[in-house]
Amino acid sequence: MVERAARRPDEIVSDDVSARPVRDDADGEAVRFVDERLGASPLLRKALRYLFPDHWSFLIGEIALYSFVVLIVTGTYLALFFNDSTSDTVYHGSFAPLAGQTVSEAYASTVSISYDVPAGLLMRQTHHWAALVFIAAIVVHLMRVFFTGAFRKPRDFNWMIGLTLLVVAILEGFAGYSLPDDLLSGMGLAIGYGVALAIPLVGANVAFLIWGGQFPGGASFEPRLFIAHVFLLPALLATLIGAHLAIIMRQKHSQFAGPGHREDNVVGTPLWPGYALRATGLLFAVAGVLFLLGGLVQINPVWQYGPFEPYLGTNGAQPDWYLGWLIGALRLMPPLEIHLFGYTAIPNPFFGGILFPGIVFTVLYAWPALERRITKDHARHDLLDRPRDNPWRTATGAAFFSWVAIIFTAGSADRILVSVGIPYVSQVWFFRIAAFIAPIFIYVAVRGICRRLRATEVHPLREWTGTTITRNDAGGYDAVAKSTPVPRQQSPP
Amino acid sequence: MNDRQPPLPVLVRAAIALLTLLRLRRRREPGETRGDADPSYGTDPTPATERAAGAGRTTGTTAGAELGVAIALLLAGALGGAFCLLYAFDASNTQLLGLSLGLALLSIAAALILAADRVFPRETAVEPRPRLAEGRRSLEVDVVQEFAAGTQGLSRRRLLLGAASTAGVGLGAAALVPLDSLGPNVGQTLDTTPWRRGIPLVDETGRPISAAEVSLGSFITAFPQGADMRELGSPVVVVRVDPATLRLPAGRAGWAPAGLVAYSKICTHAGCAVSLYRSPLDQQTARQGPALVCPCHYSTFDVLHGASVEFGPAGRPLPQLPLSIRADGILIAGGGFSGPIGPSWWSVRREGPTKS
Amino acid sequence: MRRRRRNPPRARPRRRDRRALLLIAIAVALASLGLDTIAAGQSRVPTGAPPSPAPAQPPGTVPGSSQAGQGRSLFVEGCSSCHGFDAKGIPGRGPSLVGVGAQAAAFYLSTGRMPLPDSHAYPERSKPAYPQPEIDAIVAYVASLGGPPIPKVDPAAGNLSQGEQAFALSCSGCHQIIARGGIVTGSEVPALAQATATQIAEAVRVGPYLMPGFSTGEINQQTLNSIARYIIYTRHPADRGGWGIGHIGPIPEGMVAWLLALSALLIIARVIGKRTT
Repeated sequence: MVERAARRPDEIVSDDVSARPVRDDADGEAVRFVDERLGASPLLRKALRYLFPDHWSFLIGEIALYSFVVLIVTGTYLALFFNDSTSDTVYHGSFAPLAGQTVSEAYASTVSISYDVPAGLLMRQTHHWAALVFIAAIVVHLMRVFFTGAFRKPRDFNWMIGLTLLVVAILEGFAGYSLPDDLLSGMGLAIGYGVALAIPLVGANVAFLIWGGQFPGGASFEPRLFIAHVFLLPALLATLIGAHLAIIMRQKHSQFAGPGHREDNVVGTPLWPGYALRATGLLFAVAGVLFLLGGLVQINPVWQYGPFEPYLGTNGAQPDWYLGWLIGALRLMPPLEIHLFGYTAIPNPFFGGILFPGIVFTVLYAWPALERRITKDHARHDLLDRPRDNPWRTATGAAFFSWVAIIFTAGSADRILVSVGIPYVSQVWFFRIAAFIAPIFIYVAVRGICRRLRATEVHPLREWTGTTITRNDAGGYDAVAKSTPVPRQQSPP
Repeated sequence: MNDRQPPLPVLVRAAIALLTLLRLRRRREPGETRGDADPSYGTDPTPATERAAGAGRTTGTTAGAELGVAIALLLAGALGGAFCLLYAFDASNTQLLGLSLGLALLSIAAALILAADRVFPRETAVEPRPRLAEGRRSLEVDVVQEFAAGTQGLSRRRLLLGAASTAGVGLGAAALVPLDSLGPNVGQTLDTTPWRRGIPLVDETGRPISAAEVSLGSFITAFPQGADMRELGSPVVVVRVDPATLRLPAGRAGWAPAGLVAYSKICTHAGCAVSLYRSPLDQQTARQGPALVCPCHYSTFDVLHGASVEFGPAGRPLPQLPLSIRADGILIAGGGFSGPIGPSWWSVRREGPTKS
Repeated sequence: MRRRRRNPPRARPRRRDRRALLLIAIAVALASLGLDTIAAGQSRVPTGAPPSPAPAQPPGTVPGSSQAGQGRSLFVEGCSSCHGFDAKGIPGRGPSLVGVGAQAAAFYLSTGRMPLPDSHAYPERSKPAYPQPEIDAIVAYVASLGGPPIPKVDPAAGNLSQGEQAFALSCSGCHQIIARGGIVTGSEVPALAQATATQIAEAVRVGPYLMPGFSTGEINQQTLNSIARYIIYTRHPADRGGWGIGHIGPIPEGMVAWLLALSALLIIARVIGKRTT
């Protein structure tokens, strides 16, 4: 099989192996060591020349990947100190406001990690910041893929894997911050229980399955949550990430249009040295930012929240940001419950906790097929759109994400009241209406912006064409027209 | 490359792709070329394309850049050492630990990025894209034919398919249903609470509560004596209101002696503790009545009207616990709740009294 | 193919669109304020006699007549328009102050919650309207009408851990577990960082505005001491992890993750990668 490596102008290509000089230094020794045992030279050669299209927005997925690496490293450390039991113990640690209180072993061990284990709090906080950044990067990456049309064939399957990664990551995060059994996360688990109960037909069975009985659950709940968080879900995440990357490797990453960029070629940086150095640099940058945050900015101070009891509550209870869209939906939903013959058929939390995320993810999963059906475009695409190149997709996406974003914002309405003073009940009504009206306006506006940008071919932030008014020496005014830039040549596919 | 034919069903195409990847193919006729083994479907890039794409390689660096990389790496080493010292001598200072480790990692990042940009060779290259299904249409047809050949002669396909589906559904259900045993049987658990007629109300320390302790405008959390405080059916909120203002639903006469009312503390929306009590000191100027409010989604329950939902997403009022005052003044339960406690659920869910 | 346009091309959205969006935003803001007014007007006005305040106790020490006298003239000047010349209240404007005692008067005046600009305003902590000697005078006058004295409280005698537990059981639902305040349907709930121990004790016993009042039956003296001690502690809670970002939990944490961390990483990505397509 003939290798189709890119030819370098200064390299003499020869397939006569004996003519090649064999290096006798350390590099040669190492390569020979591996090759004699694994026969890996062809693979290594191909890998070193592997080309990566190099746009900065293609690195967002890597930010998520490296956050995951930090999660694994810090999480392993934490798992070695955490006690996954909800048996009662009396707190005798160094944090005075908890002295003598009856708390669970899980809670006590988390406070101990924060107060007694050297660098324990650094690891805990880095782990939690990494989780927040992990999912944030996934969401930004999702938007980049969506608005550039990268989900089109042949990448629609990988798009679905990515969406599944998002779902599993959200569940993993929820499981993780619920492990310490503190007041704030315990309230979140109670809501999770209420939402599980709201599943039609099998809700009670599902809830009892997960919790080992009625909330707050039996002795097996916390250990099972722990195993899910440190083993089952990370294994699933790692497998999905592996599949996600393998498919990208097989298909080669997509690229933007430009001079010399075609559908059937790849223009990029080879893995060695350029991409390897930069990707590793990004890994260290992600780890560095996360550890800086982990040391300097406090997150999830469970010792301040106190232990969870089902009969306790705190004002301002919120989930981590990636579940904020659900608390917004639960708070905005009017008190609707569906009854049949005196039985509750569909309890209220179903609408905000199951139907709403169900709709969002169904639309996202189905989007590639939906777009194919609407545009009748079944071709393979390896060149990306700029968002402006497909106004209706960009506008629909903007409208859809703004629907979710407005409901997300409604989840913080209580703190908006505290900060700004707008009454809570008014906010609820405002958000209920805005969630459905605003996307219409956003659709129209974004579509118009895309069309104008496409017609003028300017960079939305940097370039601007038009007339500037300047003062001239005589004291009058001159209208100076900035020259219109030449539109970029799009290479034929 | 536009595919004009209507697409095959997704699963079939996925299977074809998989099989194609696994190189399932018909036996090659003699003289046939190995063209379809070529992994790329584009052609080699022409010099013109390479020039247009900016392909090329720049080597060479400045002494300053290499020095910068070295300094950044040395700094990283020093900061890593600082982290170790801090860990040994002052491991409780999370801020310094994070600063040293974080900056060490960022220094390495800076070194690597600087190295990639200014020290090591910079190269852009062009290569053809890998073939997926292009030009393999005949191979896909072969796969389909191979498959079809294996089902030759079947006359009643639809009957067999239907029967197979039924078997699959039945056995799939049989495989999943035992999962139900992982958890306890729902049974009557959701309908029962520890409250019985005559059980005293106790506070969080287990001390029985006397009616006189609860003052007007105040609220307390109470539990059934001897029961598990953490069971969802246990905690109740007891408030005292002016009896003349109470407007309880029908059938609850005598449930609120001397204006003392008790409701389940578990919100009927999603199960948080209803831990807010809005208790106007002067109802005329506050223009709101007393209400129990849940902090999770702000379901608001009107205390004077049997905890009916005044605002928020809860679909049911809080169940009320009838109260009595024992001869010695201790508050006791007069029976079970007026309805099921906690969040609603499907099945075996009545709007009537609980079994207690 | 480029379309010909008559006007010079613009990169930004047209002024028309921005103006339209601005008008819509204003309309919505006005609508929500209007809805709020309507909602307030339709809120259920409870029927029946106004509830009596905390159980009357024998009046405290009879104040010096000159202080109470001065207090009465201040009262007539600043408070009687809502509470009546005889402090017996005006229906729909202000409640009767007979029997509320020094306890309530001291709380409302020292936290600046009274006097209110109008009887429907929401009483919130502000700079006291009177200097301390005048507050003492008005308190003396109100105390002369009967009611509980200013409660005693000793935070140092309290137990921090028991205070945390009592606070979590009875107070954190409204005031938030670190006393940063919050909301209840129909009002805000104040943060407690500025409350003195005496004001804490007064509020607990009085139950001002929408807050429930707790007699010694629900919260005894020792528990009150402990709660006061805990609340004072929450002014400077143990922030072992660094910058506390407001102590209100996941909302500021999410903002830091997006606006600090992710933004920084996206900037780094831009530095690393190519900027042009």
